[in-house]
Amino acid sequence: MKLPTLKEVGTEAKLLLIGIPVFIWTMVPIYHMFLFAISPKEDAFSGKLWPDHPTLHNFHIVFYQEHYFLRDFWIQFWNSTVIALSAGALTLFIATAAAFSISRLRVPGGRWVMNLALFTYFIPAAFLAVPMYRTMGNYGLLNNHWSLILAMVTIASPYAIWVLKQASDKLPVELDEAATMDGATTLQLFRLVYVPLMMPSLVAIGTYAVLLAWNEYLYAFLLLSKDTNITLPVALGNFLAADDSPWELLMTTGFIYALPPAAIYYAFKRYMVGGLTAGAVKS
Amino acid sequence: MAITLSGSDTIPAPPLSSRLTTQQVWGILLLAPYLLVFLAFVIYPVCYGLWLARDPQNYVALYNDPIFARAAVNTLIFLVVGINVKMLIALFLSGFFAQQRPWIKWLSVIFILPWAVPSIPTILSVRFMLNPEWGVINHLIFSFTGDDGPNWLNNPAVALTMAIAVHIWKSLPFWTLILLTGRLAIPHDLYEASEVDGANPWQKFRFITWPSMQTLYVTCTLLSMIWTLGDFNSVYLLTGGGPADLTHVLSTLGIRYLRLDQLSLAMASIVVAMPLVLPLVYFMMKRLSR
Repeated sequence: MKLPTLKEVGTEAKLLLIGIPVFIWTMVPIYHMFLFAISPKEDAFSGKLWPDHPTLHNFHIVFYQEHYFLRDFWIQFWNSTVIALSAGALTLFIATAAAFSISRLRVPGGRWVMNLALFTYFIPAAFLAVPMYRTMGNYGLLNNHWSLILAMVTIASPYAIWVLKQASDKLPVELDEAATMDGATTLQLFRLVYVPLMMPSLVAIGTYAVLLAWNEYLYAFLLLSKDTNITLPVALGNFLAADDSPWELLMTTGFIYALPPAAIYYAFKRYMVGGLTAGAVKS
Repeated sequence: MAITLSGSDTIPAPPLSSRLTTQQVWGILLLAPYLLVFLAFVIYPVCYGLWLARDPQNYVALYNDPIFARAAVNTLIFLVVGINVKMLIALFLSGFFAQQRPWIKWLSVIFILPWAVPSIPTILSVRFMLNPEWGVINHLIFSFTGDDGPNWLNNPAVALTMAIAVHIWKSLPFWTLILLTGRLAIPHDLYEASEVDGANPWQKFRFITWPSMQTLYVTCTLLSMIWTLGDFNSVYLLTGGGPADLTHVLSTLGIRYLRLDQLSLAMASIVVAMPLVLPLVYFMMKRLSR
C-alpha cells in the first residue's frame, strides 16, 4: 500500500472542509425534526441535542389519533395517498398519450402544443394558484379531491410530456413501420409496442407526478378545507393556528409524512436520475 | 427542469403517408386530453384572472396599501439576494460534487434530501429552531454566553433573511445537480491539456469551466427567478408574512388578498409583477429557441 503524499492529504482536507459544512447544513432541519419525533415534550423544549429519554410515544399518539389535532390523521393520510396516486396515474395517461401523438404519430401542430404547454412553468406557481382557485370554484370543484388532482395534473403534465417525447424520439421509427406492416392498428402499436418500450421513462414520470402531488402544500391549502377532506400537509399547517401547538406531535406527523417521498425517491433513484435529467442539459 | 427545449429533432418524414388520415385522427384524439386540461386549467384561469384585474381602481387600492409597497421591495430583495447567493453556491458545489470520491458520492445522496422531502415539515422544523424561548438555537446561545438570544422572527430584516435561507436550503440541491450535469459534460481532455500547460485551479475555472457553463448558468438563473417569484412556502410557513405583515412577498400577498376575499386585488398584485416576469419569459424563450 502506498502512503498518501502530503499534497493528497491537503486536497482531501480541503474537500472535507467543504463537505462537513454541507452535511451539517443539509441535515440540521431534518435531524431537528427527527429529534422532536423521539423526544417527550419536556426534552424537546429544553433544547437538548439528544433526548434524555428517547421514546416512540409520539408515534403511538399519532397512530392512535390520541390528540385533538390528530383526530383525522388516518383519513388525511388516506386523502394524501389517493390524491397522489390519482394525480400520478392521470398524468401518466395524459402525458403518454400526448407524447405518443406528438412524437410517433407526428400530429400536425404537436410540437407547438408541447412548447405552449411548457409555458405553464413560466407562470410562477403562486401566481397561477389565485385564478386557479376561482376557476375551481366556477367549476364547482372546491373542497372536492378532483380539484387538487386536476391542478396537480396540470402542473405535472408539461414536464411529463416533454421528458416522454424526448425519450420516444429515441425509439427507432422502423419499429412502428414493422408493426404496421404486420397489420397492427394505431392503438395496438401504442399498447403493445410503445408502452412496453417506454417503461423506464414511464416509471420515472409516474414517480415524479406522485411525489409532486404528495408534497404539494399551496394548492391543497387553497382548494381543500374540510377537516376530513384535507391532505396531511394542510393538516400540519393547521397545527399552527393554535397558540400552544403540540410541536413534538407536529414534528412526528411531519416526519411520518416526509418518509414516503424520501423512501420512494431513493427506491427509484436509478430511474429518476436517468429518466428525468435526460435531455435536461444539451452538451 | 426544462432547461433546453430547442428543436434539434431530426426524425425522418413519416413513411406511412397512405395512412396519414387515420393516424392524424388518432393523433388528435390522443392529444385531446392534454389540450382539454391545458384549456380548462391554464388558459381559462389566466384569461379570467386578467379580466378580473381590469378595473384601474384595484391598482389605486394596491398603491395605497403599505403592505404592497413593502412586499414589492421584499420580493426584489428576495430575488436579487436569494438567487445570486443560491446559484453561486450551486456553481461552487457542483465543482465539489464533480470530485470522484466514494464519500462525496454518499454525501451527494444525502445532499438531495431537502429537495426530495416535502417543504412543510422541514420549514416548520426551522421555525421552531428559531423560537426565542424554546428553540434550540437560543438554548445554545444561552448555554454558551449566558445571554438570551434574539427574537429571530420578530425582526423583519432577520425574518426575511431566514426565509431566504430556507428557500436556498430547499432548492440548492436541484440547481447543484443541474450545474453538475453541465460540468460533467465538459470534455476531460481540456483539463488535462491545461494541466500540461501549468494552469492553476482559478485559470482552469476561468478559461475552461466558466466558458462552457455560462449559458447554462444564466438560463438556470432566469428560470430560478421565475420559480422563486412563485415560492409561497418559504415565507408563508416560516414567518406567515409577519411580524406586522412586514415580510410578505408578492406570492404570499396575492394569497393573503385571496384569503381576505379580495380576489380582484389579488389578481392586480400579480399583474403588477408582470413587468418583471414578461422580460424573463422573453429572455428564456430567446435562449431556448436558439
